[in-house]
Amino acid sequence: MGWWTRASAAEPLGAARATALGVGRPASRARQRLAGLVDVLRRAPKLPTAVVILTIVVAAFADLLVPHDPVAVNPIDGEKPPVFVKGGTWTYPLGTDRKGRDILSRVILGTRISLAVAAGAIGIGGLIGTFLGFLAGFRGGWVDALIMRAADAFLAFPSILVALVLAVTVGPSFVVVVTVLGLILWARFARLVRGEVLYWKTREFIGLARIAGARGPYIVRRHLLPNLVNTIVVLCTLQVGWAIIVEASLSFLGAGIPPPTPTWGGMVAEGVSLIERAWWISVCPGAAMMVVVLCFNLFGDWIRDLLDPKLRQL
Amino acid sequence: MLAFVAARVGQALLTLLASSVIVFALVRTSGSPVDLILPPDSTPAERQAAIRRLGLDRPLSYQYGAFLWNALQGDWGTSLRTGRPATELVKERLANSLKLATAAIGITLLLSIPLGVLAAVNRAGPWDRLGMAFAVLGQSLPAFWLGIILMLVFAVWLRWLPTSGMESWRHYVLPAVVLGWGISAGVVRLLRSSMLEVLDSEFVKLARTKGLSEARVVWKHALRNALLPVITFAGFMYGVIIAAAIVVEVVFSWPGLGRLAYESTLWRDFPVLQLTVLTWTALVIAINFLVDVSYGLVDPRVRR
Repeated sequence: MGWWTRASAAEPLGAARATALGVGRPASRARQRLAGLVDVLRRAPKLPTAVVILTIVVAAFADLLVPHDPVAVNPIDGEKPPVFVKGGTWTYPLGTDRKGRDILSRVILGTRISLAVAAGAIGIGGLIGTFLGFLAGFRGGWVDALIMRAADAFLAFPSILVALVLAVTVGPSFVVVVTVLGLILWARFARLVRGEVLYWKTREFIGLARIAGARGPYIVRRHLLPNLVNTIVVLCTLQVGWAIIVEASLSFLGAGIPPPTPTWGGMVAEGVSLIERAWWISVCPGAAMMVVVLCFNLFGDWIRDLLDPKLRQL
Repeated sequence: MLAFVAARVGQALLTLLASSVIVFALVRTSGSPVDLILPPDSTPAERQAAIRRLGLDRPLSYQYGAFLWNALQGDWGTSLRTGRPATELVKERLANSLKLATAAIGITLLLSIPLGVLAAVNRAGPWDRLGMAFAVLGQSLPAFWLGIILMLVFAVWLRWLPTSGMESWRHYVLPAVVLGWGISAGVVRLLRSSMLEVLDSEFVKLARTKGLSEARVVWKHALRNALLPVITFAGFMYGVIIAAAIVVEVVFSWPGLGRLAYESTLWRDFPVLQLTVLTWTALVIAINFLVDVSYGLVDPRVRR
């Protein structure tokens, strides 16, 4: 069971029925499923999807793509303007920062950092939140009350401030940032999953499974989880942009991943004092971040409409 | 109604108490302030004396009890950095934060009410697309970067507006726009869907049948009814915005609560940080409380 199974409902009726009835040999079924996937992808918003894929590719192959060493200091070439500004050259397409480091290379490596943080944070938050959401919804009673009040408390505090305090406490590092974001995110997952569990729990097939002798963990794994996969996937996609922005904000405030590792937020911060002389130092990484976050949000909206339209309010 | 209000007050106080525990624990974990107050060449004896003076050698539960006891008597401690009473500092900054938040909410409503209405009226038309673009952009633009861009364009290049300070209305424009845009996204979406619902209702049809002009139907009859959830949301956002302003206040050097929290975190200024976060929590709780009570007044079904 995966999200593509519901997506295949968008296939032409004949094909869907053939798949559902198990008509045809396994090979052609796989091909039909692939055709359905291609069909869905064809209706994806073109630009955002392209940017999302490009971002992931850039993040994956960042070290192969960088034209220069992103951390090598080269003071002679400091504050070179980007190619589209007077005096710029193709050697440094996006210019260089105060220490003469190539901004393009730093933005490329920053992509990897941002996505890694987002993936890690959503992974941690999603796992904890889903688990606790199931526990709260399925068990009910005081377990439910305890978990939900804790979630309320986590949602009530200003996330940046909590992250700031924790990052300052433990000392800023990649692991700390990921953990802090994950700890803030879990509450959103827990709330949503609990609500869904409460809804599905009252359905007849759960009661029947119980009569058939199924135990709690089995029901959760085999009957509830498959029904919640779409919702969880949608929530994950919608959090990517948020995670990138919060990570960048933390790095901007000096509580994120410490230099010399290039992060988008840290790069923007480095350029603030030079904004009158060399505006590109702040503007370029910020623009990259804006485009990526925007496209992830649009892509997430599309995934939501495709998989779980009832989440519109999120 | 009285029982409803009393129950809500009790809940609000409990939440406040719980958050004071969380804040206290969170602040204590953020390292010892002693290292930052004392000069680096101080002797271990001086260190011990400072720790005893600040009460850091006592168990945490005792420290919390003392903190709560003093707080109830109005003593929130003095700032470790400036030596001034924490309440004084927070009061000053809170006023500045409220001013900025009010300006931001004002700009938000000014921009998003017309956009939300036009988007709903011209569903799937150009206004709708503009409204959605505005909303999606607001959600995707990182506040600190938007702040820097606006500063670059309007303060550095055009020299129309100042980059920092808070003397005249011109100082409010940039930070308020940055803060307001972020929450406008929610307002536009909410107003659009709420308008679509109201425009489909019986009384709007009646207003049209009566022969009222379309403008009157939309801007008077429909908008007034569609605004209810928006006002609730804006009220709630008032609390959120003050906390979300940390980044914006740092960018524009705005002397508000957010920057105070930022500074006192960096300085491990316990008393100030505690009071700052608690003030913020109290604000959010108070606003939620008012919203709940006003719901109870408007809609008797909620009271149960």
